[in-house]
Amino acid sequence: MTYNVKVYISWKAGVLDPQGAAVTDSLHKIGYSGVESVSISRMVEVKMEADRDSVERQVTEMCEKLLANPVIEDYSYEIEEVVSS
Amino acid sequence: MKFAVIMFPGSNCDVDMYHAVEEAVGEEVEYVWHNETSLEGFDAVLLPGGFSYGDYLRPGAIAHFSPIMEAVKKAADEGKPVLGVCNGFQVLLESRMLPGAMRRNKNLHFICKTLPLTVENNTTVFTNSYEQGETIQIPVAHGDGNYYCDEKTLAELRENNQIVFTYGLNENGSTADIAGITNKEGNVLGMMPHPERAVEELLGSADGKKLFTSIVKQWREKNAVTS
Amino acid sequence: MQLLHEPSPEQIKEKKLYAEMGVSEEEFASIENILGRLPNYTELGLFSVMWSEHCSYKNSKVLLKKFPVEGERVLQGPGEGAGIIDIDDEQAVVFKIESHNHPSAVEPYEGAATGVGGIIRDVFSMGARPVALLNSLRFGELKNPRVKYLFEGVVSGIAGYGNCIGIPTVGGEVQFDPCYEGNPLVNAMCVGLIDHKDIQKGQAKGIGNPVMYVGAGTGRDGIHGATFASEELSEDSEAKRPAVQVGDPFMEKLLVEACLEATKHPKLVGIQDMGAAGLTSSSAEMASKAGSGVRMNLDLVPQREKQMSPYEMMLSESQERMLLVVEKGSEQEFKDIFDHWGLNAVVVGEVTDDKRLTLMHEGKTAADVPVDALAEEAPVYHKPSREPAYFREFQKQENYRPEVGDYGTVLKQLLQQPTIASKEWVYEQYDYMVRTNTVAAPGSDAAVIRLRGTNKALAMTTDCNSRFIYLDPYEGGKLAVAEAARNITASGAEALGVTDCLNYGSPDNPEIFWQLERSTDGLSEACRTLETPVVGGNVSLYNETNRGAVYPTPVIGMVGLIHDTAHITTQAAKQIGDAVYFLGEVTSSFAGSELQKLTEGNIFGKVAPVDLNAEKRYQKQILSAVHANSVSSAHDVSEGGFAAAAIEKLFGTGFGAEVTIPHEDDLAGSFAEGYPGYIVTVPQDKKSTFEKAAPEAVEIGRITEEAEFTLRNKQGETVLKESVDELEKLWRGAISCALKSKD
Repeated sequence: MTYNVKVYISWKAGVLDPQGAAVTDSLHKIGYSGVESVSISRMVEVKMEADRDSVERQVTEMCEKLLANPVIEDYSYEIEEVVSS
Repeated sequence: MKFAVIMFPGSNCDVDMYHAVEEAVGEEVEYVWHNETSLEGFDAVLLPGGFSYGDYLRPGAIAHFSPIMEAVKKAADEGKPVLGVCNGFQVLLESRMLPGAMRRNKNLHFICKTLPLTVENNTTVFTNSYEQGETIQIPVAHGDGNYYCDEKTLAELRENNQIVFTYGLNENGSTADIAGITNKEGNVLGMMPHPERAVEELLGSADGKKLFTSIVKQWREKNAVTS
Repeated sequence: MQLLHEPSPEQIKEKKLYAEMGVSEEEFASIENILGRLPNYTELGLFSVMWSEHCSYKNSKVLLKKFPVEGERVLQGPGEGAGIIDIDDEQAVVFKIESHNHPSAVEPYEGAATGVGGIIRDVFSMGARPVALLNSLRFGELKNPRVKYLFEGVVSGIAGYGNCIGIPTVGGEVQFDPCYEGNPLVNAMCVGLIDHKDIQKGQAKGIGNPVMYVGAGTGRDGIHGATFASEELSEDSEAKRPAVQVGDPFMEKLLVEACLEATKHPKLVGIQDMGAAGLTSSSAEMASKAGSGVRMNLDLVPQREKQMSPYEMMLSESQERMLLVVEKGSEQEFKDIFDHWGLNAVVVGEVTDDKRLTLMHEGKTAADVPVDALAEEAPVYHKPSREPAYFREFQKQENYRPEVGDYGTVLKQLLQQPTIASKEWVYEQYDYMVRTNTVAAPGSDAAVIRLRGTNKALAMTTDCNSRFIYLDPYEGGKLAVAEAARNITASGAEALGVTDCLNYGSPDNPEIFWQLERSTDGLSEACRTLETPVVGGNVSLYNETNRGAVYPTPVIGMVGLIHDTAHITTQAAKQIGDAVYFLGEVTSSFAGSELQKLTEGNIFGKVAPVDLNAEKRYQKQILSAVHANSVSSAHDVSEGGFAAAAIEKLFGTGFGAEVTIPHEDDLAGSFAEGYPGYIVTVPQDKKSTFEKAAPEAVEIGRITEEAEFTLRNKQGETVLKESVDELEKLWRGAISCALKSKD
């Protein structure tokens, strides 16, 4: 099967996000005073071939081994099967 | 003649720019903090390199909202020379004073080294002391220096003679080897290489000196005529 | 989010919970004795970090005492944020090196980046403007994908922080050996410049003076980082809670500018970085040094996260924070300075006369402990020491001599060893030019930055060949200092002093403690003979994984003064026709050499003794030759021996050279290591001046127009003739080639 996988990587709770802090300040400065916080994360799109029963395990492994560093980052993902036409 | 060096939080080549003016042309130069709103009394504006606001989000993206940028646009509209180097170039792109955008270097690494540049247009206020086609050695130091513009913009840049410097060795992947461009009017120059780092032989190259002497030369000519 | 439900003092004692914080049973008893009662959880936390090896040097103190710390030019020795040495004209140089090994092993980018951030704060907290960064890195072999990941991550982390903050990274070294595979070493050094009148101390003086917290908010990051750094890396280190902090160089850039403004303010009393053990170490140390106490209200501490406990706030290692003590009544003036840079500056407490650290939280006393007990009275251990069996074995071995075929092939292989190969893949990622003072960029023996507005320049280097120290800690220790001094003198500078970063395995192992003991003996002796006092440094122990300890790696950071920029000397040959000289004394030892590692796959044997007096004599000669303006380039012989050093002089020049091996034994003369040696080029019309200044130097050849490298032996036979371009290509490409290769 072919899958489209979207992996979202964000800072773990409690880890400093300097980008988010700088962008928050800047949004305040240009008038968006209602902004409470901004966090900036990464999204990685993966297109892959895998069996139905192993795709999730493979994605988790990819996240743990390479896409995220579990020391400071959390990840989540969405797996979508590509329907061949 | 009086130069302004704009300081954003995170600018770090401001000191180099300041010293380059002192060293290369010995003219008056002052720092202007990003919160200021006027550039009255200055004859040229220098936007230095660095990491304004940490380059968070996109390089130059946050700095272009600084109060001083309105004054920089006004100075440009009045025809005063405005030079943006490295992060200064990125700020000029983000504020649409120059066309195009910057991407990560094609090798995805920061690159710090001295590279050969070709002077493609020696008729600007910034390059009138160089020879047309001259090769000069100027350092680069950037992570996001991969200049991008679409075909139409590139054609316009070429047609209006806005491409001022190209890389002899294109390490960052820039479209058409572009290292520096001006606006249509020719008084706003953005370039990734650092001429302010090349004004003393002791440090390896003095090829950047003529960029500063060009600005002063033109200013003197202009003021001699009008006064 | 409360991470832990805090146990009661009784529970801590009964269940021996102190052990989890790295506090031993004896240490716990001693804490109970100091307080006259059981410590609560927060208090135990304070002791556990302050008494960790990282903060207290409890295992290494007895050895550090041996270092010579005084000298005519020393203004500040060990004990403050960084050492300070006089460089005339009321100016001084401030420098220090520090390790960030353990964080870098689990999160290479942020680990390395925050290492750079921390060492910069040590320097500007003295009131100095940071002007240069260096680093010393060790990794496993560049074959394993994990090692490549660590190497690339560490380099980009150093670049990310240093480039953004705008302090040039001008030099350093990188070496590769299997012993560093799971435990890389990341040592960062910062050099700063200060006028004598601006020197600050981290002291909390003046009863009633306010204590101000400036910079970033406090979060839960890095809690127990200091004890983490004092433990061996285990399999589950990777799964530990976020003990690694994320750095914000943009914040630090603002903090540098604001703090330098503050340090020039006459009403500043003291300033200290919140480094390891954050708020705890900065407050306790400042009070202890001043003989005072500090009382803080933790409710006032700027917090990035909600509901932080006193334990968490005191142990947080959030980055980019400083603690200031200012004169009462001047608070607003300091707030204004920090406000201009968009930074927080908050009064969180005051200086007291009771010599205690008292912490208030939500109206209650959260901790109340004597500051001296935390800062000064940490336990000191003299661990047992035992000469290792491997060392006895090596001492008995016959002099090792490798079997080699064609010298050209050997040289090509050596030049591609990552330890010898060009490091431009690394340093081109560092902005080494920002602030436009860099005269000798990375790639020369020492980096040189000129001091704007004067005729002076500073030379700086980091060096340590740990293979020699592993084989023989005493001789190897001497060699580490000697090599650093050679780098400095080869650049035309007078060596001023040393900062050291002692990276070792676990001191609980008597054989490791023996390495520590013997190598510090060697370092001390060399520093004494070469008159380079140790003005500061750092100790990093427990650098081991279940596969074993790293080589003993005491990295030497050395700084030298060039009195006249005209004397700045770099390693590359300058002009065709120049004479080539050798100054030094080849020994026939291959133990610990790159060639031994290449041919045997490992290192062993007896290291040749290092004659420090000869070392000093050669250094004097090279310096007086430079001062007589008779030297156009100079390079010292190190990894890869004479042949590698000679060809390195030609890289980037387009020239060639014909030289005679400066020894009877062709093989040793070409590839042996571990002896004092300089290769110098001299303009033809300066030869007699040079020979007068360096009477022991021998003329061995000349620089040629044709880009060929020719080595002849003493009989005049050609033993090697290779194209310089070809050698240069191999040398330049080796590291990026190793990174790309899939095996």
